[in-house]
Amino acid sequence: MNEEKIEQIIKKYQHKKGILIQLLLDIQKELNWIPPNIIKKISETLNIPVSHIYRVASFYAALSLKPIGTHLIQVCLGTACHVRGGSKILDAVEDFLKIKAGNTTDDMTFTLSGVNCLGCCAQGPMLMVGNDYYGGVKPTNVKGILEKYK
Amino acid sequence: MARINSPQEFEEFKKNILSNKNKNQLAISLSSGTCGLAYGSDKIAIAFKKEINNQGLEEKISFREVGCLGFCEREPLAVIFPKGIVYCNVRIEDVQEIINKSLKGEIIERLLYTDPNTSKKMVHEEEIPFYKYQKKIVFGNIAKIDPKNIEDYIALGGYSALKKAITKMSPEDVIDEIKKSKLRGRGGGGFPTSIKWESTKNASGAPKYVIVNCDEGDPGAYMNRGLMEGNPHSVLEGLILGAYAIGSEEGFFYIRQEYPLAVRNTKIAVKQAEEYGFLGTNILGSDFNFNVRVHKGAGAFVSGESSALMAAIEGSVGEPRPKYVHTSEKGVWDKPSTLNNVETWANVPLIINKGAGWFNSIGTEGSKGTKIFSLVGKVNNTGLVEVPLGIPLRDIIYKIGGGIQKGKQFKAVQTGGPSGGVIPAQYLDSPVDFDELIKLGSMMGSGGMIVMDEDTCMVDVARYFVNFLCDESCGKCVPCREGLSQAISILNAIVTGEGKAGDMDKLANIAEVTSVASLCALGKTSANPVLTTLRYFANEYDAHINEKRCPALLCKGLLSYYIDPEKCQACTICKKNCPADAISGEPLKIHIIDQIKCVKCGNCFDVCPSKFKAVKKISGEPIPSPISEEKRLIKRIRKKN
Repeated sequence: MNEEKIEQIIKKYQHKKGILIQLLLDIQKELNWIPPNIIKKISETLNIPVSHIYRVASFYAALSLKPIGTHLIQVCLGTACHVRGGSKILDAVEDFLKIKAGNTTDDMTFTLSGVNCLGCCAQGPMLMVGNDYYGGVKPTNVKGILEKYK
Repeated sequence: MARINSPQEFEEFKKNILSNKNKNQLAISLSSGTCGLAYGSDKIAIAFKKEINNQGLEEKISFREVGCLGFCEREPLAVIFPKGIVYCNVRIEDVQEIINKSLKGEIIERLLYTDPNTSKKMVHEEEIPFYKYQKKIVFGNIAKIDPKNIEDYIALGGYSALKKAITKMSPEDVIDEIKKSKLRGRGGGGFPTSIKWESTKNASGAPKYVIVNCDEGDPGAYMNRGLMEGNPHSVLEGLILGAYAIGSEEGFFYIRQEYPLAVRNTKIAVKQAEEYGFLGTNILGSDFNFNVRVHKGAGAFVSGESSALMAAIEGSVGEPRPKYVHTSEKGVWDKPSTLNNVETWANVPLIINKGAGWFNSIGTEGSKGTKIFSLVGKVNNTGLVEVPLGIPLRDIIYKIGGGIQKGKQFKAVQTGGPSGGVIPAQYLDSPVDFDELIKLGSMMGSGGMIVMDEDTCMVDVARYFVNFLCDESCGKCVPCREGLSQAISILNAIVTGEGKAGDMDKLANIAEVTSVASLCALGKTSANPVLTTLRYFANEYDAHINEKRCPALLCKGLLSYYIDPEKCQACTICKKNCPADAISGEPLKIHIIDQIKCVKCGNCFDVCPSKFKAVKKISGEPIPSPISEEKRLIKRIRKKN
């Protein structure tokens, strides 16, 4: 972990109000999760109770209190994807990675998450790996997509 | 760029931009919204720039990466100006040809839109049925605007509404014009915009805040994303006008973090507006000051509710609060705050520029103007469509949408997201406006329009939405928290064959209590998906509960896959694709599914070659017993030469 960078991020928000979510999003982006020692640091630097930081971090889906894998797989479960078989895609990914949604593979390569809408409704069912979008996915091509990232 | 300090300087600056623009110049716009990116538009854009550079054509061709052009089904799209030629499904290999042929004024037939019914090739937007029946006023200029370049927006009349307001209108005049336009909120409720503005203006307390709600959490809807990515300045100008009218000096964009491109383009737009003097102090030489901050949402559906969103802006948990005191009076940090949807704000500059009378000429008595819908699901032409309010549902689905995919039967259309309901075929001729949709038990919502066909199970749709809401309920009030979790357990039982007589009444009861007693709109409207499916598709509930049958052959728990021995050609494709190793068989040996091992993923059904169609779905009836070993052998007679 680049401690200096984290410190810079926290400092950027010092003496400003209403910044906690934006700060946590920046930390999440940098570290892929919000570690307990950073929560303590934020609390001390910005004078926000630890309990409040945990409350916010556990409320929002984009913030993670557990470390996530190198590649975040987001399977869209929005309505448009759902009617085109989005849940079958999730099943296929779960079957391939042998983990359930919300979990990370033991080797920390993949974290699987079912998301409510990626906003690419016309191309459903949608799947995202990191920043790469895959539209019109079929259960039978899940394996081919994910093997590229192994 | 030097700051523009007065209305005169603005006019001169605009004249200057226009005189440098050659209307007849060849311009290529590439659709580069998130949908375009999903189809690799970023790489195509690089190819265009490289080719233009290689041939030294920078003076001859202006190339733009523009926002989403709406016709997502045919992405990536390119439009060639000044002729307005539309090319669909553009690939990197086409780039050189597009440039060369465009320079010669030729058209590439291969890339034109082909009408699937008549096989006729269509050149321009106004001929293509998907665009022909739309009325694009808010989305109108997206093809001509690079969202990262404020000057493109100014050249097309951008910020002239702001100039008009500051020079010719008092804040009261602006509110009055919005009142006369009868503009209603585009985010869901359809509340009159001017009333919100007035009540914040008249409320005591300072500072006052204005907020853009782009926490578009409704699954299946992405109109706001399209607008923020493609024309962020139109929303920003609306916000500045609102601030001027209300007397606010500080505004917020609240954009969900799942939309990284929208966040980026908005930040660029705000920065440019600051540089050019449309934000900051003494805007265009007046005594009006206004600044804007961009906040990212962190992923919570309920945070799109106004009081919850304001809590999120304060950096807290985005939970709603009771609204006996409206947020327009006590919102962010208990100060008067006006929050409007992205699309509502984008309508404001148009109304100020063209007048309330013009706006009133579009739409129905109670619903004026246009609305952008995300037309998705089982429809042929999916994408973002902007239509005049009052248009019949049938026109949207059949004329614009091109009907149902694969020639299947239309079953229902879902509007209003998790707060809305399903509308069955008998109401296809109903006009789409705020009030008519409510009469049908649904609502306009933010504009999701999900088309469902005969393969969609309506009990599953209800289960899907209740499950969504149950996950997203913040848990603060009992009716929503407990009501939804009871409803989902009943619905889960029904779709897995455990439904009991009386379940439908129980669901209706729970829905009624939840809708009356919940704290915020999430709970209050959560009954709609259940009540509308019960109202229009009671027969489907009945089949699930009493016959243990899913009529749409969708619900896994009531479904089996079976290989018809008469049709199976023992090609082994299904066996190879079975993740559960549940299919036995080999070449020349008819395949059989082991029903105990089968996980019902449906792979076998999907991959069985269409010329065989041997895999069947069975629901509500017994599976035929497997044929004997001897009969499984296929004897193929080789043709003698």
